[in-house]
Amino acid sequence: MATIFIDNIPYTVKDGRNLLHACLSLGFDIPYFCWHPALHSVGACRQCAVKQFRDEKDTRGKIVMSCMTPAAEGTRISINDPDVKRFRRSVIEWLMTNHPHDCPVCDEGGECHLQDMTVMTGHDYRRFRFRKRTHRNQYLGPLVNHEMNRCIQCYRCVRFYRDYAGGRDLDVFASHNRVYFGRHADGLLQSEFSGNLVEVCPTGVFTDKTLKEHYTRKWDLQTAPTVCVHCGLGCNTISGERYGSVRRIINRYNRDVNGYFICDRGRFGYGFVNSGERIRTPLIRRSKSGEMGPVSREDALKHLEGILYFGARVIGIGSPRASLESNFSLMTLVGQEHFYAGISEQEQSLIDRIVDILSRGPAPAASLKDAEEADAVLVLGEDITNSAPRLSLSLRQAALNKPMETARKMRIPEWNDTAVRTALQGRRGPFFVAATAATKLDEIASGVLHAAPDDIARFGFSVAREVDGNAPDVLLSAEMTALAGAAADALKNAERPLVVAGMGCGSEAVIQAAAQAAWALCGTGKKARLLFIVPECNTLGLGLMTRRGIGAAVKAVAEGGGDTVIVMENDLFRRADETKVKEFFRGFKQVIVIDHVRTATTGHADVLLPSCAFAESQGTYVSSEGRAQRSFKVCMPEGDMRESWRWITDMAEIAGRPEGKTWRNIDHVVKALAGLMPVFAGIEHAAPQAGFRMTGLRIPRQPHRASGRAAISANVNVHEPKPPVDSDSAFSFSMEGYEGMPPPELIQRYWSPGWNSVQALNKFQEEVAGPLRGGDPGVRLLQPGPLEVPAYFREIPPSFRQREDSWLLVPLYHIFGSEELSVFSPVIAGISPEPYIGIGDQDMKRLGVNEGDAVAVTLPGYSRVFPVKKTAGLPEGIAGMPAGLPSAGWTGLPAWAGIVKKVLHKEEDRHA
Amino acid sequence: MISILRTIWKVFLHLFRKRVTIRYPEERPSLAPRWRGRIVLSRDPDGGERCVACYLCAVACPVDCISLQAAEDEAGRRYPSFFRINFSRCIFCGFCEEACPTYAIQLTPDFEMCEYMHRNLVHEKEDLLISGPGKYPEYSFYRVAGLAISGKDKGEAENESAPVDVKDLMP
Ligand code: SF4
Ligand code: SF4
Ligand code: SF4
Ligand code: SF4
Ligand code: FES
Repeated sequence: MATIFIDNIPYTVKDGRNLLHACLSLGFDIPYFCWHPALHSVGACRQCAVKQFRDEKDTRGKIVMSCMTPAAEGTRISINDPDVKRFRRSVIEWLMTNHPHDCPVCDEGGECHLQDMTVMTGHDYRRFRFRKRTHRNQYLGPLVNHEMNRCIQCYRCVRFYRDYAGGRDLDVFASHNRVYFGRHADGLLQSEFSGNLVEVCPTGVFTDKTLKEHYTRKWDLQTAPTVCVHCGLGCNTISGERYGSVRRIINRYNRDVNGYFICDRGRFGYGFVNSGERIRTPLIRRSKSGEMGPVSREDALKHLEGILYFGARVIGIGSPRASLESNFSLMTLVGQEHFYAGISEQEQSLIDRIVDILSRGPAPAASLKDAEEADAVLVLGEDITNSAPRLSLSLRQAALNKPMETARKMRIPEWNDTAVRTALQGRRGPFFVAATAATKLDEIASGVLHAAPDDIARFGFSVAREVDGNAPDVLLSAEMTALAGAAADALKNAERPLVVAGMGCGSEAVIQAAAQAAWALCGTGKKARLLFIVPECNTLGLGLMTRRGIGAAVKAVAEGGGDTVIVMENDLFRRADETKVKEFFRGFKQVIVIDHVRTATTGHADVLLPSCAFAESQGTYVSSEGRAQRSFKVCMPEGDMRESWRWITDMAEIAGRPEGKTWRNIDHVVKALAGLMPVFAGIEHAAPQAGFRMTGLRIPRQPHRASGRAAISANVNVHEPKPPVDSDSAFSFSMEGYEGMPPPELIQRYWSPGWNSVQALNKFQEEVAGPLRGGDPGVRLLQPGPLEVPAYFREIPPSFRQREDSWLLVPLYHIFGSEELSVFSPVIAGISPEPYIGIGDQDMKRLGVNEGDAVAVTLPGYSRVFPVKKTAGLPEGIAGMPAGLPSAGWTGLPAWAGIVKKVLHKEEDRHA
Repeated sequence: MISILRTIWKVFLHLFRKRVTIRYPEERPSLAPRWRGRIVLSRDPDGGERCVACYLCAVACPVDCISLQAAEDEAGRRYPSFFRINFSRCIFCGFCEEACPTYAIQLTPDFEMCEYMHRNLVHEKEDLLISGPGKYPEYSFYRVAGLAISGKDKGEAENESAPVDVKDLMP
């Protein structure tokens, strides 16, 4: 702690801060541009000037940049000195000489940091009478819009994109007042984090192109805190709605999870909520072969009365993309013994393994923040950039932790970004990646292994053995042994070692190997952490609820039969073979499907009930870290769409279950779940409940300046409708309610007087870049086991053997394409890859194919032709196939597949 | 008593004053151009729609009776895809006009807006858009804005220099 004097009043600030950080944390307003709490200081914009005095007697003082000056003990500054105020005003005036007259047509307007800072400094009149410099814009793909005229040369974009996120294709060009921030040529931004430019850029140079399609100002957006549904990390987001459709998603700060940034899948994948593939009314098949016809909700429920009669054998299939509440209500309706998780057998065994390891072993699950703080990292079998994108951003920062010691030794403060990076000289800490093919993180790794899943597991086991001699031994090639030795050494020497693995390569052995390595480290007294990547937003939650997947359901039905199956928010054709699923459905008299988008499964429904996407429903999701987080409705569902748990509660009423009457809002479901399953006891505290009020008031979803309420629906009815009432949460669907700061779980937007941009977030944190006031949202459900190391896994798979006639087909992940829901968004579908077969260099020769040639791929019951794509890093004998692409059909990978070159006979060839 | 008589006397004297009311509608008043009546959306001197759908009028409106949706044509010009004013709520305060950065929305001296049906007071863009520039004949927002639209490329707005050549290395 240090004491500094601001305008002669003493304040206590944390050690090692710069003045800007310290003053903003104390609640002072100092304008700034180039400083960013996650990107630190470079002193480029000269906007954050304050006056510093030598001592009490010094009255002249000197102007310094607060972001570049340490808040050392006894520092005396003035923020309001007239000189420095004039200085700051002229800096803005000078930035504005070239700024276009664009605010009305600029998507940043109303949430523009430049506007805020201009007002804050008091520059209000243009004196400059000369010409403005102009720039041409670039096409940066369908996600981010570019309007270069508005640039104020703060360099935040390139510092985020290149230094922080490791992107290469955005840079600064030209010199002096011509500097240009863009790509070398038009084209899609290659970074998975390009969307963060929208928030990082303080002006309207980079804006959200998907928002532009249905542009709405921040002051009109009805917003609520949501949790991203596009992977298992559970990043916190704020989603905004207007006129009944979701308009955009931005980052919601949670220091323990996503901090300041989210990935592009989370930001731009929301289009599925508005898509034409939504199911909007209940549909019923009148005869077994007949067409589906729309019915009203009442008629649908009446129809269900004939299906859910007393004594009917009903089974329920839950979903890893549905909330805990929805899954639990289905489980309650059909009974625990008839409820199945609805994930593939392989997924089920992997998640069971993960749950066991995290609750039994001594190594705790790592949050994203833990990952960012790790000083040695071992990644086993995951292409993190594509399977859990936000984690790769954390790991890129983790790679700098070890070399940071150099900077610390040189007494360079951590916030002095340029100096730190110069001291680091591009060095990175210990970072080992073992994956089936080349990954983007390879470039920052100190050791890389590309091998089959079994060999990756062997490598992991070998690292464990190198750490602890009691772990079982593994025989590896000399090269791999050396790498394992290096990794083990690095992990042993680290303070906060981290092992990352996951369900990505479909191997239980890899998961066990990761646990083995972490446990071995724990055995040596290290605080090792484990991070298991799970594919969907509630995979872990479902894994904690039941251990029976689709395989168990198929078996149960084959043995005992059933009358009705209820499939909730799940496309079983993504979980098992087409023929198997079809046969499964044939085993029932009635198939009831509850979902919000049309999938292959909804096509098999006899009763199809429209449920709500994340934006229209409230629910709790458990992230890969075991953190239960609540997501809230942004808008009310239209027409007959209802949350899955509400449909199921209605069914419970039909079936004569007591819950049908007693579950009136979601808190009742949460309470029942927390009471029944001890592991979920914490979820009641994941967020304030429906009855929560601030000074007796609800929390408004709309900003106090939301416009147009007397006109929005006046074309339909001149009398304004009463806003809907949310019975599940403390939020209102209007602008009325509590105006101050809500509790951290209920932060629905960032705004503070004078701070209209996302940077108002500063006011919501205890300390800038620190925890939110009131603590970071979410409750961790998993506690690690006792400290002593459990018995080591001794079953080590044999090493991979290449086969003559077949290839081991492994899944290759794509940030855009592999995830189910985001692909329903037209923009995401447009940048997703077409199905292909990835083959390594050597194997391409062996097969005699070139890139683009067609190959026929045969798996049991599956035969398709795909073009070949050269895929770096794939070892010999292994081929890859993009995971989860709807057009590729389900294939449970990894699996052995026959691959032969296919000569396509083209029309012209035959003529020749 | 005296004061009552004085008042009656004063009122009586008013019989001989000049009349200020007129016999509307036979006689019509002449209203100043700045009189705040019927709201219109104007066009710029080239005939293009002036409104750029910036939402400023909507947010300025104290009774929240303006609602619109922004859209953009292929050439980059912004316009409202719908624009609705609920005149049954409007208090003719003129804040919308003051907020408008393009002079698109203007209040005019026409006050004859009576309707028998409440809902007929809801006017859409088609009802609001006039064919001329209204009170501000000269101004065209896009001539000063930096956005490129059809017929006005980067660097062609007022007081703009030609776009920078990023490959230029001259000091
Ligand atoms: S960047 Fe900000 S100040 Fe510049 S035109 Fe856009 S809204 Fe206005
Ligand atoms: S583009 Fe934005 S972030 Fe980049 S330098 Fe310009 S104003 Fe700063
Ligand atoms: S005149 Fe006033 S009340 Fe009427 S639309 Fe304009 S701002 Fe709203
Ligand atoms: S303020 Fe003017 S330009 Fe903006 S939306 Fe209203 S009428 Fe259109
Ligand atoms: S914020 Fe300090 S110089 Fe830019």
